[in-house]
Amino acid sequence: MKNQEQSLFQINLVREAVQQAFVKLNPVLMFRNPVMFTVEVSTAVMLVVTLYTAFSGDKTQGSLSYNLCVFVILFLTLLFANFAEGIAEARGKAQADSLRKTREDTPAKVIQADGSIQIQSSATLRKGDQFICEAGDTVPADGEIIEGLATIDESAITGESAPVIRESGGDKTSVTGGTKVLSDQIKVVATTEPGESFLDKMIALVEGATRQKTPNEIALTILLAGFTLIFIIVCVTLKPFADYANTPITIAAFISLFVCLIPTTIGGLLSAIGIAGMDRALRANVITKSGRAVEVAGDLDVLLLDKTGTITIGNRKATHFYAAPNIEEGFFVKNCILSSLADETPEGKSILELAGTLGYQIPTGILNDSQVTFIKFTAETRSSGVNLLDGTQIRKGAFDAIRKNTEAAGNSVPDETTEKVKHIASNGGTPLVVSENNKVLGVIELQDIIKTGIQERFVRLRKMGVKTVMVTGDNPLTAKFIAEQAGVDDFIAEAKPEDKMNYIRAEQAQGKLVAMMGDGSNDAPALAQADVGVAMNSGTQAAKEAGNMVDLDNDPTKLIEIVEIGKQLLMTRGTLTTFSIANDVAKYFAIVPALFIASIPALQYINIMKLHSPESAILSAVIFNALIIPALIPLALRGVTYRPIGASALLRRNLLIYGLGGILVPFVGIKLIDLVVSLFF
Amino acid sequence: MNSEVLGIILQFLATVLLAWPLGIYIARVYAGQKTPLDFFAPLERLFFRISGINPNREMTWQENLVALLSINFIWFFWSMFILMNQGWLPLNPDGNASMSPDLAWNTTISFLVNCNLQHYSGETGLSYLSQLCSITYFQFVTAATGMAAAAVVFNAMRPQKSAQLGNFYNYFLKSCTRILLPLSFIVALIVLFNGTPMTFAGKANIITLQGDTVQVSRGPAAAMIGIKQIGTNGGGFFGVNSAHPLENPNYLTNFVENLSIILIPIAMVFALGFYLNRKRLAWMIFGVMTIGFLILVFPAVVLEMKGNPLIQSMGIDQSLGSMEGKEIRFGAAASAYWGITTTVTSNGSVNAMHDSFTPLTGMLTLLGMMINALYGGVGVGFLNFYIFIILAVFISGLMVGRTPEFMGKKIEAREMKIAMIVALLHPFLILSGTAMAAYIYHHDPTLAWLNNPGYHGYSEMLYEYTSSAANNGSGFEGLGDNTPWWNISTGVVLILSRYIPIIGPIAIAGILANKKFIPESAGTLQTDTSTFGIMVFTVILIIAALSFFPALTLGPIAEFFAM
Repeated sequence: MKNQEQSLFQINLVREAVQQAFVKLNPVLMFRNPVMFTVEVSTAVMLVVTLYTAFSGDKTQGSLSYNLCVFVILFLTLLFANFAEGIAEARGKAQADSLRKTREDTPAKVIQADGSIQIQSSATLRKGDQFICEAGDTVPADGEIIEGLATIDESAITGESAPVIRESGGDKTSVTGGTKVLSDQIKVVATTEPGESFLDKMIALVEGATRQKTPNEIALTILLAGFTLIFIIVCVTLKPFADYANTPITIAAFISLFVCLIPTTIGGLLSAIGIAGMDRALRANVITKSGRAVEVAGDLDVLLLDKTGTITIGNRKATHFYAAPNIEEGFFVKNCILSSLADETPEGKSILELAGTLGYQIPTGILNDSQVTFIKFTAETRSSGVNLLDGTQIRKGAFDAIRKNTEAAGNSVPDETTEKVKHIASNGGTPLVVSENNKVLGVIELQDIIKTGIQERFVRLRKMGVKTVMVTGDNPLTAKFIAEQAGVDDFIAEAKPEDKMNYIRAEQAQGKLVAMMGDGSNDAPALAQADVGVAMNSGTQAAKEAGNMVDLDNDPTKLIEIVEIGKQLLMTRGTLTTFSIANDVAKYFAIVPALFIASIPALQYINIMKLHSPESAILSAVIFNALIIPALIPLALRGVTYRPIGASALLRRNLLIYGLGGILVPFVGIKLIDLVVSLFF
Repeated sequence: MNSEVLGIILQFLATVLLAWPLGIYIARVYAGQKTPLDFFAPLERLFFRISGINPNREMTWQENLVALLSINFIWFFWSMFILMNQGWLPLNPDGNASMSPDLAWNTTISFLVNCNLQHYSGETGLSYLSQLCSITYFQFVTAATGMAAAAVVFNAMRPQKSAQLGNFYNYFLKSCTRILLPLSFIVALIVLFNGTPMTFAGKANIITLQGDTVQVSRGPAAAMIGIKQIGTNGGGFFGVNSAHPLENPNYLTNFVENLSIILIPIAMVFALGFYLNRKRLAWMIFGVMTIGFLILVFPAVVLEMKGNPLIQSMGIDQSLGSMEGKEIRFGAAASAYWGITTTVTSNGSVNAMHDSFTPLTGMLTLLGMMINALYGGVGVGFLNFYIFIILAVFISGLMVGRTPEFMGKKIEAREMKIAMIVALLHPFLILSGTAMAAYIYHHDPTLAWLNNPGYHGYSEMLYEYTSSAANNGSGFEGLGDNTPWWNISTGVVLILSRYIPIIGPIAIAGILANKKFIPESAGTLQTDTSTFGIMVFTVILIIAALSFFPALTLGPIAEFFAM
């Protein structure tokens, strides 16, 4: 399901959208969109004119077939616009439905007041109910683990096949309805009422019942309404002007001029663009709680990114062995291997891995507890290791800890090793010192591995004008090094939860919009404070409530995609508005000569497209105006591609394509349509 | 190159060269910095002491607007009283009668709104008291009103969050004393030395070469002509305005008067750049205005110099160009250049008969007023342009993938609403006014307003409302406009089209000033680039030009093709 590229027009969705196109003709619904509402009124007027012409036989308003054609085309214009909205809704719903399917009725093992367990339908689960999930069960509802630990297959939601571990306490307590428990048993408390999960809210948003216009959508609607008003004035005043010039103009011509001039293209596609924005977010497996959040995402100035998982691959890895002077390298590495054999940490494993790639044999199964004694890492000793049967003590640990022991035993730490340790630390690495019987053998260098391709993404963000901030628990020296390596603009080292909060506040005080991603409960205040707070689906309920988006994939790089989705949304609005208004130039040159040419033949000079007749010119313009809407539906749904080439270059590019293109395309289109229409009129 | 063409090129270059230092100076005046004319300070302090105004009190945009509107309200009654009683008031050597109420209403409104549409002729319609205390007085204070309004907007555009936008009275008085008074004094001196009268004596009796005795009207004209041009007022002392030999005696005075028309409008744009230290922004605005201006000037000059083919076919020599309605001392090129400069700015003074321009030149003058933001009137030209910038920012901001912002402030629904109302008002007033007049005339041709039938008569009506809505004040003439219908309807258009385009931009700028300032980033739309300039130009073209296309088709375009 994840990122599954569907064709834009699946047959079942189209059927639903066509149906919606007619339902949406209801004037009460239409009134929300002033541009299309005026088209509907115009269509009604044309219907009256057509009926009048049909029954009275009066030819002063043009022939019946001509009036009928204008009426039908206007009606189609309305249907096309409604279809655009319908198909966007249908796609969103289909996507949401497929997510919702995962949580269809499943049996829930609900814990009753007396402690007994009763199996009931998941649909009856209320917020606060407690239930048990065992291996093989499907989680019946969203909830929070209050007891136990389990491996869970979340592929139904995220598409990721690797199971994840969820446990009570800490930041990984959330379970999602529809996911499958693979092992162990957990006790969960339901956190949502039926029908009120984020997914349900999202579906309601897409379906339009609770869809509010976003602030930018409102402002754009005002602009479009303004343009509509201007052209109402232009068309209404034309009547006395024409009377003065003794030029009769038919009602069909007035209506056609009006409908062609008002920005029907953007007016018809505006809500589809907004819904498509949320669709695209959902397709990226991000649930948005409001359309506004997507819009704001396009404006973000600052992204707060966790180091681990976003900038670096999970954990540190061993990259080098540096033997102390007078220690043979092979001997040193062998001791490193011995010290790490029982080390289950990712760092320990990576030491073995590195040794393996250098060609050393990794002993397997030879050593066991009867031959050696493994010493576990503790916070006091800050080292771990192994005691061999012959009494040899091998230790591996932080420089300070090993030095203390070494010096306590009367040995000195070689200067070269001290130097090496400093050098590694200042380059963002973590040094681990290995000793044998309190004699230093050498240093292992551990490094953070920066994700491949992440630098390019940060460059891209910088070109968009977005500042990236790395948040890490590392010391400032290490943080600085990684920040420089990855190419982030700033970092917060040794970060405590309140540091994020303070950083966000400080940036916001300067007027910037900040986004962050988080999962823990202690992230909740910062998520709420951020302009865009993306909570991971695996995170705590508090975090999910505080943010305004939920990422089903738990992927920290998702913020970058969200910014692009937001920008796409705004750009699509802007470019289609420009295109729509630029079209007016050609439409004027088609219709205005057609209006007057009969009584003022001299005006044939401005019929620069050489259209066949006044009727064919008007029909061609109206047909073009109707057809351009379905032609642009794919663009409205997919969005205009964002390119991080700087604002001015982007404006130049879009102005050229949609501005100049918007002027030229209708000249060609109307002329071509006229060639066909002229066969009939 | 033809010396006529060279003359107008020199005029334009001289204007820009003078506007640059003037811009620096104006910016310093509004910023309250030291200027060479600080010796006016005691005079200003005296005014403020008498009126009890504290010029240093910072006011919000609402307070500034209240100050602006209330002072305008008082001026209205002042002028109505003088005009309706000038017959018996002093300084009336020629014994001109008091004005009728509807003409006094039209004249007062017309000068109050810096339009100077004249439905009377100065020689016979006004006493010297009216010329000085109503007409010339208004020419100063209304120009200063527009400049002070622009200064408030300049102030609001600073990169910070602030509700305090300076003091209207302070900007207003300084505009009068530091800018308008010195400049108009210089222009007045130049025309005075070239023969324009400056006297309180009545008509002079002069014996002509033919031996007849003629009466020549005169009066305190030179003083008025200076401010008439400098303050984009345009209301002439004499009926035929700057085509009159005493109002505009020779090519030199024509050069100076024409230069004065667009001097402050251009300087205000530069002043913005210096005031905010955003010179690139000023260049962008100047560039867009200039390109639009040249697009109008170039064909106008070519068409007028080419002559009128219909008159040519009657056997009349057109080698000097189309000279019908033009003064031989200025020539076709300088007349066409003046025609465009006076219509793009809201000046409206004329040195040739606009009615007699060839049809397309007539259309270009109409377009200048329909756009009304290519340089525009003193102060208000920039305010009109500001609205176009807001609209362009909104569309192009979206096109770069951000919610729109201008100078670090987000543009949202409220600002769009105001900008749209202002942008709508202009076509609404022009088209609905002309539509009503056309309707009335069509149903009652006995009205005999029009001296010309057909397309040209239509252009005359369209021009009258366009001139009113642009607060321009020039007339196409040929229209019998001193009737209650024209006096009252154009008066209404004048008021609406003056105050709403001042209130709108100040409100927008005030609301924006109160918003959080967002520092620029790489993703921010830059408004001082040529790309954005093209965007603004396109918005101007589509809103101002396209909405008038059908109307122009029935007027000058039809006339041109029928020629």
